[in-house]
Amino acid sequence: MEYIIILIGAVFVNNIVLSQFLGICPFLGVSSKVSTSVGMAGAVLFVMTIATLATYMLHEFILVPAGLEYLRTITFILVIAALVQMVEIILKKVSPPLYQALGVFLPLITTNCAVLGVAILALGMENASLIKAVFFAIANSIGFGLALIIFASLREHLELADLPKGMKGVPINLLAAGLLSLAFLGFTGLV
Amino acid sequence: MAESINQKENFLKGIIKENPIFVMLLGMCPTLGVTSSAFNGLGMGIATMFVLLMSNIVVSLVKSQIPSKVRIPAFIIIIASFVTIVEMVLEAFVPFLYEQLGIFIPLIVVNCLILGRAEAFASKNNVWSSILDALGMGLGFTIALTILGSVREILGSGSIFDFKFVAENANTFILFILPPGAFIALAYLTVFFNKISTKKA
Repeated sequence: MEYIIILIGAVFVNNIVLSQFLGICPFLGVSSKVSTSVGMAGAVLFVMTIATLATYMLHEFILVPAGLEYLRTITFILVIAALVQMVEIILKKVSPPLYQALGVFLPLITTNCAVLGVAILALGMENASLIKAVFFAIANSIGFGLALIIFASLREHLELADLPKGMKGVPINLLAAGLLSLAFLGFTGLV
Repeated sequence: MAESINQKENFLKGIIKENPIFVMLLGMCPTLGVTSSAFNGLGMGIATMFVLLMSNIVVSLVKSQIPSKVRIPAFIIIIASFVTIVEMVLEAFVPFLYEQLGIFIPLIVVNCLILGRAEAFASKNNVWSSILDALGMGLGFTIALTILGSVREILGSGSIFDFKFVAENANTFILFILPPGAFIALAYLTVFFNKISTKKA
């Protein structure tokens, strides 16, 4: 039951992009086509899960016993950057088709604040445990993917719309994101 | 090469012509996330400006020592150190703001504006130009955040910098302090800003 609440909470109620504003850069940057946004969503699911697993263990087993919590930000970003690089190398060797699909998105993920954000948020959960933190990361990346894919399909339609000159490009995309966020606001109070 | 840059131009470009938010769309996460009031926007702007200034100074001082292959991780470590300083200072002296900004303080590390300036400007120019660049960009960022925060606070809670100018239980557009309002307010501000800057050019 607890896990279902975490899942619904992360995907709909507190959607990481639309209500917490993490990962806006890829949300606006790689959402012009549905096919690329699916690739990005897959890459984020992969990296966010592994990154949260690694950073949670680092925090629990090294930083806290050593009393070095204040190094959290520095160590987490380093672990994430190194991990992304490692995932890229391993994927290239082990599964070339998967690398083909996710490859171009991997370097972009280091600066995706959603990954670092979820790693930090996972530490602050009630009765946190390793399994819960990883589940939280998976739930959030599903939320990220859902928002990204919906937004990409909205943008594909917007391409054809006849707009006033000043609204073209960035403003109309932000407005569409605002309306999408408004729709997700309807889930408030679900959990 | 440094002499050939017009220093005044270098400082001013961040405020209007290359405004990090309205024109270049860098650092969108904190922009949208913390601007539910003018004060939060200003606080975040100043915190980011400090990190940007310090990292630009350090990067431009040590640029010749860093091998180009590992420059990005090196920049990230420099930035993360200053972010940790900001985090500790805010927690100690302005706990109210620390709580309001929450997760977005550690996330200054991944603000693309800071890494972007380190890579695109500070790693190629001398210290003095880098300081001016950081001040201009930081000021542009702070101004944009404060404007967005003010607009949202005026519409959403009928106040500015916590000074309330409507009756206690008056109806305001609560939408604007909720997440969708951030996107909508920024969309219209961008239209407005583009209009002004294209007229000037």
